[in-house]
Amino acid sequence: MFEALSARLQDVFKSLRGQGRLTEEAVEVALREIRVALLEADVNFKVVKAFIDRIRDRAVDQAVLRSLTPAQQVVKIVRDEMLGLFGATQGGLPPCAKSPRVMLLLGLQGSGKTTTAAKLGTWLAKQGRHSLLVSTDVRRPAAIHQLSVLGQQAGLRVHEPAGELDPVARAGGAVASARNLGFDVVIVDTAGRLHIDEELMIELQAIKDVVDPSDLLYVADAMTGQDAIKSAGEFNRRIGVSGVVLTKMDGDARGGAALSVVAVVGVPIAFIGSGERLPDLEPFHPDRVVSRVLGMGDVLSLVEKAEQAITEEHAERLEEKILQNDFTLDDFRDQLRAIRKMGPLEHILGMLPGMGGLKELRDNVDEKQLGRVEAIIDSMTPKERRRYQIINGSRRKRIARGSGTSVEEVNRLLRQFVQMRKMLKAMGGMAGLSGMGKGRKRLRSLMR
Amino acid sequence: MTGMGFLGRLRESLTRTKQQLVERLDEVVRRNDEPARRGRPVDIETLDALEEALLSADVGVAATGQIVEAVKGRARGGAGLRQIVKDEIQGILASTASRAPDGQRPRIVLVVGVNGTGKTTTVGKLAKLMRDEGKRPLICAADTFRAAAVEQLEIWAKRAGVDVIRAAPGADPAAVVFDAIASGKAHNRDAVIVDTAGRLHTRVNLMNELEKIRRVAAREIEGAPHEVLLVLDATVGQNGLTQARQFMEVAGVNGIILTKLDGTAKGGIAVAIAHDLKLPIRYAGVGEGIDDLVPFSPVEYVDALFEEKW
Ligand SMILES: Nc1nc2c(ncn2[C@@H]2O[C@H](COP(=O)(O)OP(=O)(O)OP(=O)(O)O)[C@@H](O)[C@H]2O)c(=O)[nH]1
Ligand SMILES: Nc1nc2c(ncn2[C@@H]2O[C@H](COP(=O)(O)OP(=O)(O)OP(=O)(O)O)[C@@H](O)[C@H]2O)c(=O)[nH]1
Ligand SMILES: [Mg+2]
Ligand SMILES: [Mg+2]
Repeated sequence: MFEALSARLQDVFKSLRGQGRLTEEAVEVALREIRVALLEADVNFKVVKAFIDRIRDRAVDQAVLRSLTPAQQVVKIVRDEMLGLFGATQGGLPPCAKSPRVMLLLGLQGSGKTTTAAKLGTWLAKQGRHSLLVSTDVRRPAAIHQLSVLGQQAGLRVHEPAGELDPVARAGGAVASARNLGFDVVIVDTAGRLHIDEELMIELQAIKDVVDPSDLLYVADAMTGQDAIKSAGEFNRRIGVSGVVLTKMDGDARGGAALSVVAVVGVPIAFIGSGERLPDLEPFHPDRVVSRVLGMGDVLSLVEKAEQAITEEHAERLEEKILQNDFTLDDFRDQLRAIRKMGPLEHILGMLPGMGGLKELRDNVDEKQLGRVEAIIDSMTPKERRRYQIINGSRRKRIARGSGTSVEEVNRLLRQFVQMRKMLKAMGGMAGLSGMGKGRKRLRSLMR
Repeated sequence: MTGMGFLGRLRESLTRTKQQLVERLDEVVRRNDEPARRGRPVDIETLDALEEALLSADVGVAATGQIVEAVKGRARGGAGLRQIVKDEIQGILASTASRAPDGQRPRIVLVVGVNGTGKTTTVGKLAKLMRDEGKRPLICAADTFRAAAVEQLEIWAKRAGVDVIRAAPGADPAAVVFDAIASGKAHNRDAVIVDTAGRLHTRVNLMNELEKIRRVAAREIEGAPHEVLLVLDATVGQNGLTQARQFMEVAGVNGIILTKLDGTAKGGIAVAIAHDLKLPIRYAGVGEGIDDLVPFSPVEYVDALFEEKW
């Protein structure tokens, strides 16, 4: 759990225990480590301070200090406290009886509002909702055009009153038009603005007044630092915010700002933006962000992606095969395809704790390599794929030619495959690993 | 020079909001400055206040620690403390690499960074700045990915009075850069400013695309790209350092442009970047107008951060 922080804390406690001083002093040293970890994750320093005080109160408890695993105990307290911040919030949108349901997107420049408008429409379409999009950004060059293009890509209708350059009129017109045309959602994109820009904050209020939104979604960049609570707080104070969309979570920012916004501003996080493409929007899960702030990566997202790529049935079949030592090159290829279906490898690695930053690793498991492996297996006959043992020298040559690779590469692949089989056989008993459904439950319980 | 503009605008933007921390620092420094305390080492409370001010500006734990240590080592009492802190930060900002000398023409300037930091806007402003200096730049639209990116850039180019070389959506960015350089040479332009698509530094494929653009430029003109400017949003937190490191490694970044300094964020991570990577800040973006880009001056940046407030 929480490798980075956990390892650091373990060192702290070990060294202090050695000196027979596992006391409140140890807790203080541990708290300093936690403080640094949180600050490096961009948690607001005021929040960190308050946080550390709470953790101190709980950690000084003798039970924690006397425990055999004080480091884990302390990490658990940190994690619990963080999850506590989020309360029972679940991601996504709260129920709403109004039709059309109007959603207003607001936030600083470049945070991802326009992209999110189209993503949100796409997400809602999957729930059977019909969204009408409208841009009220008459300031940024080509902003209106940007939303049109995105709407087109997403197959969503965009309200485009020709020549209308008044943001308030554009927004109001969209709601009226949605009523006439029977759209049940209106997504209003707004121009990026600074929370200290008086004129534009007044404009935003005017837009809000005319559309009477059910959802006021503050779109925030996950890479934001200490300033996050100032801007989010001001938008909330002046206009009101019902939920946060945290964008650009596909990078390796820890996203501590999100935690601060929730703690200080008191608004829940509704969605996570995880890429530039239209499907890259996911309802928020508190445990994921907490894990990430603490440096353990977004393991759950990864498991979810794997689940989508590998069906339960497929996993079970595979498990069966592994148990009977019947894992063939065909199965191997299926696995490879499943991995590739999960998205770009770099994307996947980015979700693993500590992996995002490892350039070397990312370069080594490059996409092309996987493609070549697949090509090699494709060039085998079905019989060869079922019984790798028959692949002799001349067959290897043919396979190499057929796949545009070299005999060495074919050899290497076969060697790896044999090794993999051995490993799988050894693991036979715990083959549940391949059943992602079970793996997921296990992961969840590990993290609790 | 444009320095006054920078200072004025920055100070205006910084004083627009309450600088509570700086005010607290102010109070602590004043107390330290009392005659009875002169000549004594700086007290913990002062150092704590300084630490908080730096942390809240996103300078980061490591760089803040170093600055505080340095101040602790040098300061004796409140007198001169303010100056010592300023000197320390200015020193860090000034100890960076200097600008690549003017050489081959056209000068190739690549503008890179993560999504939404202000690259396209800055390209427009930069072109205008060059025009104001009597130069004739050309703009290259190498963001062939984002919706309406080219249209956006074309509007900026028009405002700056500069031509754009563009390609169809989805085209190979390196190919557009090649075309733009050819056109720049043929029309004897002073510079080619390349707007690139926003990309997260964790996306290997997209980062490799920048490497390819570099290669194309280097093949066409000696020493190109002469400047690779990383556009950093002043609101960015500790991830800014990771961004800078990756973009430096893959794209050969040799300067920073700090945008959105007209907000309440101070872009303090740039101090950590200067400290760790010796990357200089070249320009500051202070608004959404075409003239809202000013050459960066370390002295004025620090002055604007602290002046009159403590
Ligand atoms: N990697 C990544 N990029 C994103 C995400 N969401 C948005 N972007 C990118 O961020 C940049 C800015 O997005 P926009 O939607 O134009 O942002 P905006 O808030 O509308 O910007 P303004 O209207 O100028 O204030 C674009 O390059 C988007 O593709 C995300 O979740 N991940
Ligand atoms: N307040 C302020 N806003 C700025 C500044 N520079 C850029 N912006 C705004 O930031 C938003 C994003 O700017 P762009 O130039 O589109 O950013 P980009 O980096 O090209 O974005 P992508 O190409 O999508 O990655 C726009 O709304 C700009 O008007 C600045 O210095 N101050
Ligand atoms: Mg927008
Ligand atoms: Mg751009």
